[in-house]
Amino acid sequence: MVAHARADHPDEACGLVVGPEGEGVPTRHVPMINAARSTTFYEFDAEEWKQVYDQMWDNDEEVVVAYHSHTHTEAHPSRSDTKIASDMGLPGAHYVLVTTKDPEIAEVRSFRIADGEVTEEPIEVTGAPEAVQSYKFAHTPDSTVYDCS
Amino acid sequence: MSIEVRVPTILRSHTNQEKIVKGEGDTLAKLFDDLDTRYSGLKGRVVTDEGALHRFVNVYINDEDVRFIGGLEAKLSDGDSITILPAVAGGM
Repeated sequence: MVAHARADHPDEACGLVVGPEGEGVPTRHVPMINAARSTTFYEFDAEEWKQVYDQMWDNDEEVVVAYHSHTHTEAHPSRSDTKIASDMGLPGAHYVLVTTKDPEIAEVRSFRIADGEVTEEPIEVTGAPEAVQSYKFAHTPDSTVYDCS
Repeated sequence: MSIEVRVPTILRSHTNQEKIVKGEGDTLAKLFDDLDTRYSGLKGRVVTDEGALHRFVNVYINDEDVRFIGGLEAKLSDGDSITILPAVAGGM
C-alpha cells in the first residue's frame, strides 16, 4: 500500500486488500486506478472496479481493507471520505489511510467508518520486521509505534 | 421478464441480506420501481428524489456503466444482469 501510494504521489492512490468472504483476513492486494487522477480526490475507475468485483464475486471474496493516500495532509479520513463511506461505502472494511506528505516517513492508520462516525483502530505489525523496514507506522490510540526506518 | 440484480453489502439491509434479487422492468427506472415494492428503501439509496442516479453509486447493465448508456432510461432485456456498487471515492 505504501509503495503504491509513493508510486502515485503527488496524486492520491487507492486500492483494496480482499480476502475470503466472512473471514476478515486480507489475502490479495488489488491496487486500483484513481480515475480522478487528482492530488486531492480519489475515485475508483468504474470499469476496473466492475472487473475486480466480478472476480471477487466468483472467488467468494470480500473487501477487507479499502485504502487510499493523502498526499498533503494527515492519514485521517476527511469529511468527504467519511460522508461518502457512510452514505454508500464498504461496511465491514477497514479504511486504511496512508500519507505521503513526508518523503521519508509514511504514516499508515486504520479506521472504521459508519453512520458518519470515524473510529480509529490499532495496527499491529506482524511478520518479519525486515519486511517493513523502510517504513515507520503511525501512533494509534492504544498500540504500537513501529519505527523501523 | 426477469432481471437479476447483484446487491452490494451496504444495501443488503433492504433485501433481507440477500446478495441477489430479481426484478422486472424494461428500463432501469422501472426495475427500481419494481424492486422498491418488495425491498423498501432500496430505490432511494440509488435514485435521488429528482430521479437521477446518486453521485457515488455505480450501476452496471451486464458490464456497461449505465451513465454511458442512458442512465435510468437505459433499456433492459430479459436475462440482463444488473450490478450495483459503491463508487468508492473520497477527497482531502
